[in-house]
Amino acid sequence: MSNDVLVLAEIRDGAPKKISFEMLGEGQRIADQLGGRAHAVALGHGIGDVAATLAQYGAQKVFLADDPSLEDYTAEGYTNVLANLIKQTEPALVLLGATTTGKDLAPRLAARLAVGLASDCTGFTLQDGELLVTRPIYAGKAIATVKEEVRPYMATIRPNIFSAPEPDTSREATVENIPADAGQIRAKVVEMIKEAGDRIELTEADIVVSGGRGLKAPENFALVEELAGVLGAAVGASRAVVDAGWKDHSYQVGQTGKVVTPTLYIACGISGAIQHLAGMKTSRYIVAVNKDPEAPIFKVADYGIVGDLFKVVPVLVEEFGKMKAEA
Amino acid sequence: MHVVICVKQVPDTETKIRVKDGQVDHSETKYVVNPYDEYAVEEGLRIKERLGEGKITLASTGPERAKDALKSGLAVGADEAIHLVDEAFEGSDPYATALILSKALQKIDYDIVFCGKQGVDEDHAQVGIILAELLDIPHVSVVTLLEISDDQKSILAHREVEGGHEVIEAPLPAVITAQKGLNEPRYASIKGIMAVKKKVIPEWNAEEIGVDAEAVGTRAAKIAFAEVTLPPERAGGRVFDEDPVQDAIKVAHLLRDEAKIL
Amino acid sequence: MFNPSLGDEHKALRRLARQFARNEIAPVAAEADRTEEYPWELVEKAHAIGLINITVPEEYGGGGLGYFEDCLVAEELAAACAGVYSSFVASTLGLTPLNIAATPDQMERLMKPFCAEPALAAFCLTEPGAGSDVACVRTRARRDGDVYVLNGTKRFITNGGLAKMYTVTATLDPELRHKGLILLVVPSDLPGLSIGKKEEKMGQRAADTREVIFEDVRVPVENRLGEEGEGFRLVMETLDRIRAEVAAAAVGTGRAAMEAALQYAKDREQFGRPIASFQAIQFKLADMAIKVEAARLLVWQAAWLADHGQRNSYESAIAKCFAADSAMQITTEAVQVFGGYGYIREYPVEKYMRDAKLFQIYEGTSEIQRLVISRWLLK
Repeated sequence: MSNDVLVLAEIRDGAPKKISFEMLGEGQRIADQLGGRAHAVALGHGIGDVAATLAQYGAQKVFLADDPSLEDYTAEGYTNVLANLIKQTEPALVLLGATTTGKDLAPRLAARLAVGLASDCTGFTLQDGELLVTRPIYAGKAIATVKEEVRPYMATIRPNIFSAPEPDTSREATVENIPADAGQIRAKVVEMIKEAGDRIELTEADIVVSGGRGLKAPENFALVEELAGVLGAAVGASRAVVDAGWKDHSYQVGQTGKVVTPTLYIACGISGAIQHLAGMKTSRYIVAVNKDPEAPIFKVADYGIVGDLFKVVPVLVEEFGKMKAEA
Repeated sequence: MHVVICVKQVPDTETKIRVKDGQVDHSETKYVVNPYDEYAVEEGLRIKERLGEGKITLASTGPERAKDALKSGLAVGADEAIHLVDEAFEGSDPYATALILSKALQKIDYDIVFCGKQGVDEDHAQVGIILAELLDIPHVSVVTLLEISDDQKSILAHREVEGGHEVIEAPLPAVITAQKGLNEPRYASIKGIMAVKKKVIPEWNAEEIGVDAEAVGTRAAKIAFAEVTLPPERAGGRVFDEDPVQDAIKVAHLLRDEAKIL
Repeated sequence: MFNPSLGDEHKALRRLARQFARNEIAPVAAEADRTEEYPWELVEKAHAIGLINITVPEEYGGGGLGYFEDCLVAEELAAACAGVYSSFVASTLGLTPLNIAATPDQMERLMKPFCAEPALAAFCLTEPGAGSDVACVRTRARRDGDVYVLNGTKRFITNGGLAKMYTVTATLDPELRHKGLILLVVPSDLPGLSIGKKEEKMGQRAADTREVIFEDVRVPVENRLGEEGEGFRLVMETLDRIRAEVAAAAVGTGRAAMEAALQYAKDREQFGRPIASFQAIQFKLADMAIKVEAARLLVWQAAWLADHGQRNSYESAIAKCFAADSAMQITTEAVQVFGGYGYIREYPVEKYMRDAKLFQIYEGTSEIQRLVISRWLLK
């Protein structure tokens, strides 16, 4: 049983996804405390190049399982390959991303190894050699600290919580090719369908961008929609905007409209009257953009920008667009 | 076609979560059927209607009140329900829960097994997938559309992935975990609710299921909650009023780096 | 013994009704109140899951359940919209005389086809000149061979324009006063039956309330419920039985107003704190809760007695009077808690107050209920 941390690097379009670097960063931090190293494993086909990138983000060793049978992710195929690797190398901790792949794979892998799995984790601490994992429960209404009892410990990591380390182009990793036979695969991907544009439901959205009277004219609502588009957010409206007929009542957020509880609520040109607040004040983070420094919305905003929304919103659109491309 | 659906209860999502002595305080909690399990039950009912034949069995491993979840499923039209209950099961983690279910399922046979994609209490999202591994059958998780082949031997399942949908084909038997959007759960009917009175829900204990009491429950847990706390109070907000362009850039970055939500 | 605790099936039933109320009725309530258009699809949906015709025996297509179960459903549905629910209870009112007095043949011929489809019934008693004074009914039924020829006008009939079946109180001879009354089941498609324009009401506006006019409508004698001369007793017994459901609806309206006021009081801040922290508001909320809880228990008691075959005129009159008067008081205070916003149509609470008033008037005014109660005390 080693003190190493094994990170499953997710590969997309031939390159590791950002979550892989975040996991390497945190993985190395934990490995340091355990007295071991962070290693990475990548599965796919034609993925030889990823080893160098993973090394730059801190992987000491990169295990590669490169085989046509692994080109598409399958739970069974990836479980077979990874289970073998883990049984061979006996890491102390295995990290996967809490992505659609990770969430589908990790439980099966954990069951194969008969170990526990902490899902969607946001923090790790080592206490007297024991690993304690923090994870949200009750949709984030509470935070649990979980103790893992069986080695190797396994966890899926929530994206965008940990920071990726700065890449060090001088670093190199040992590359080890591992048996890449996917074995028996019964559930197979037969088709991939790209997303069509569909309106996101306000009450279910993770991010909501709302517009208010500060937009001045109905055609300016396009700004709000653009910002929502780049964030993959739902679009909401204040009562003033709905009364003015710019948007239909189904967009209204507020006491007499919808109550929303997104992770992020961006209010553009909304004063923040209590009737509106009643519909969004339980948002996890609130950003407000308003010309009026006395606007009540700034009392509840985590980040408020006093300024002309016609100048601010386009910049936000650009910045978020840049950040999305980097991810 | 025998459809088995695993259901459980969760605290009503509208309840405020209370924490006492490092644990969630359930003294005032009202329980409801886990919403994702309702999609699972509805899908089972639709399969039976589409095929014109079949049997739907519900299974649950919770304490005595879990019978309410089973009764809800019977009220909308499931045929039978079994309650897997034993003191030894208390404090089971996802692995143990799946183990109990797997042993019970082996006793009743099955063609397709449904679970909700996750319980909205502890949000592990593991039981259904672990169950598939323990039964050594394929699984498809987070399913939003399901089709059964004409020969009833395989399924086509749509699942959400980043940027779109995958279509997965798998032979039966298989485990499907239900995602929101799979269907629109039906109302129970008054007749259905009243008919539940006449249904007998058998209770199976560890011995009857054939599961080793030492392998489940608190003692066998592979993960355990050491402590539960409430999230930190929202700190006072920051207002930026220097320059619209600079402030916007600043806030965008703060959202990513400080709030960590982008 | 009257035991006001709910078994599992009752809890499941109430949960179902609450779900239906929240998902189906609540979203259309404000619109229906505004346009006075009855959302017919609700009748279809309710019929599909058995939320109407609850007290009709199973063998004729009803739910085969008691008044207690009907009251559980009533409170939940009315909490979402009293106007929408009043159509359901008015339909039950139209069917109750059949439940009481119809022969098996009449049930087979009239009740069974009615229950098989989504449909509403209507109870035609009130006339321009006959409100609380039932014996004043002037709608004339003249025997002509094997039919009664019906002539007259009924007023304020809920479901007047929607009903498939009307249960009509008519007189064989006005001179006989209450001894002359008979009850006839009149299908809506009989020639000579016409409906007047929809009344524009203060509240419960979703309900279709109209005049129903009978001009030489030929009703088969086989459609008479009970014997000639038994009509008055049948009407009284019908009204006795339905009182608990109407009272339950009043409880629902009061409860909805109370819940809205409670939430508003927690959210609204004045003088630096939520108004719920002021004793004046707290006392208003407490008084609302007292009335809701007490009214509900009175309803349950009245319904329980009816289900156990016991005469419940006294208890149901108390329930109806108290629940209706309470609903009016609660909703008025709820508007007060909302302050200026309570007066604005965009907020739901003024509708509760407008809806509540009618409970003090229909199915026996609060004054009539007091007469029933005092007569019982003084007998």
